Amino acid sequence: MGWIVFGLVAWFVGWQINVRLARRPKTRVTRLAVPVIFGITLVLIWESLVRGFDISPVLLPPPSMIAERFAASTGLLWTDFVQTVIKGALSGYAIGCGAAVLIAVAIDRFPFLQRGLLPVGNFVAALPIIGMAPIMVMWFGFDWQSKAAVVVVMVFFPMLVNTVQGLQSTGAMQRDLMRTYAAGYWQTLFKLRLPAAMPFMFNGLKIASTLALIGAIVAEFFGSPVKGMGFRISTSVGQLALDLVWAEIVVAAIAGSAFYGGVALLEKALTFWHPSQRG
Amino acid sequence: MMRSLLPILTVVVAIFAFWYLGAIWLNSDWAYDKAGRLDKELSFAEMVADTWSQDKPKLPAPHQVATEIWDTTIDKRITSKRSLVYHSWITLSSTLLGFVLGTGLGIALAIGIVYNRTMDMSVMPWVIASQTIPILALAPMIIVVLNAIGISGLLPKAIISMYLSFFPVVVGMVKGLRSPDQMQLDQMRTWNASPTQTFWRLRLPSSMPYLFTSLKVGVAASLVGAIVGELPTGAVAGLGARLLAGSYYGQTIQIWSALIMAAVLAALLVATIGAVQRATLKRMGLS
Repeated sequence: MGWIVFGLVAWFVGWQINVRLARRPKTRVTRLAVPVIFGITLVLIWESLVRGFDISPVLLPPPSMIAERFAASTGLLWTDFVQTVIKGALSGYAIGCGAAVLIAVAIDRFPFLQRGLLPVGNFVAALPIIGMAPIMVMWFGFDWQSKAAVVVVMVFFPMLVNTVQGLQSTGAMQRDLMRTYAAGYWQTLFKLRLPAAMPFMFNGLKIASTLALIGAIVAEFFGSPVKGMGFRISTSVGQLALDLVWAEIVVAAIAGSAFYGGVALLEKALTFWHPSQRG
Repeated sequence: MMRSLLPILTVVVAIFAFWYLGAIWLNSDWAYDKAGRLDKELSFAEMVADTWSQDKPKLPAPHQVATEIWDTTIDKRITSKRSLVYHSWITLSSTLLGFVLGTGLGIALAIGIVYNRTMDMSVMPWVIASQTIPILALAPMIIVVLNAIGISGLLPKAIISMYLSFFPVVVGMVKGLRSPDQMQLDQMRTWNASPTQTFWRLRLPSSMPYLFTSLKVGVAASLVGAIVGELPTGAVAGLGARLLAGSYYGQTIQIWSALIMAAVLAALLVATIGAVQRATLKRMGLS
């Protein structure tokens, strides 16, 4: 009973603080503090509900138990992280996005190809590409290469479509100006069109960053060596070791947010001139 | 439209050409291997013919996949467990349930975010953060846990679909509900409109274009969710189960036919929403 009361108090206090803070004018501090307080409140409510209602840790472990498990098995989590995120997701992300940009630049020279590839690319980007995972595992084996291959296929089309659109985003006036400067194709590409395409490309990179992690983890459900986050999640669920599953999810969440945040920071640094970044 | 038809056709033909070439390239090892064990010399034409007609090829040729799809959709009774229509229906039903739930949740959250400043500041960052978490990783756990407390069948899969599809709806609807500009809001105020009236007559109608765009993204995402949600259930039924069963037994043709079916399903869903969008926006005079 005490725990439930504690949960209600936590909910009430958190909500009141946030209401107070939200009424104040928006500053950097409140903009950061409000979501943080919201998150802490949620975790407290979770903890007290699980303890108060005596929910079996097999169904939903309390956050404290997850934290304990996390601290106890950092070594294991680290090997899984390296296997899935560094080897699988990041390498696939780099290859896929790099290839997409190169091909987009190549397509851009041929309007015929552009008109054909854009609708097809848009169509493919909406398909459940994750289904390619079993095929890739069959082609490239159980290790991280097959995961990277799935990631390459998943990130390729969103990146391609965004880059092609970005390369078309320059105005006729700007291109005319380049022509009056007697700039060649490559000069126009590097000085005008690629910089102008940056906001679009970063949009693609952001979408691809979440896709990459999903691809790498889900591909491991179809077969993997005895390490990796997807492998650990599916086997631990089988053993009902849900605290380890949640610890693995915490790692995935941190990795995902850090990945996305890194891309967003890079965007801020490189496209500081764009209206969406100035506000 | 006609102008881009030829380029699209060219690209599609090119994809099929690469597909056939890829089939030769990937399957030739096995073809030579087989012939080598029978002490036969393969001519090039024989080799090509073999790579396009193996039972368990590394990459099945398009016509093999097409035959498999034909066999498992038209030639089988729909109720049969081997019918792709049956499996597609299983996947489609949880996709649709998840999509409806996700859209409902998304719209409700968006209304809350637009009308409540506290919610805007506390929930919105978490909505965005929730998508950087690879939620599909949660799929096995959600299925097993819900199964343990007695919920099984459609709902667990639909919950995963819901989680994937609510995000685009929230983001799109928040943008849409905020899209009326100050002038229009002032006009509502001069007419002494209540907040409810402003919502139904101004904010909601002007959010429709945004809503439909995000619905298209959301429905594709919820199909992915339904497919992945079928993986940990032990391959009982549905397109995801066909994928998993195919990968266990090396039935590549089965994997590819399930994959193509999923693609067709996704295309149909997106096209349906596109049609509804065009009809609705036309009647509202927005397009």
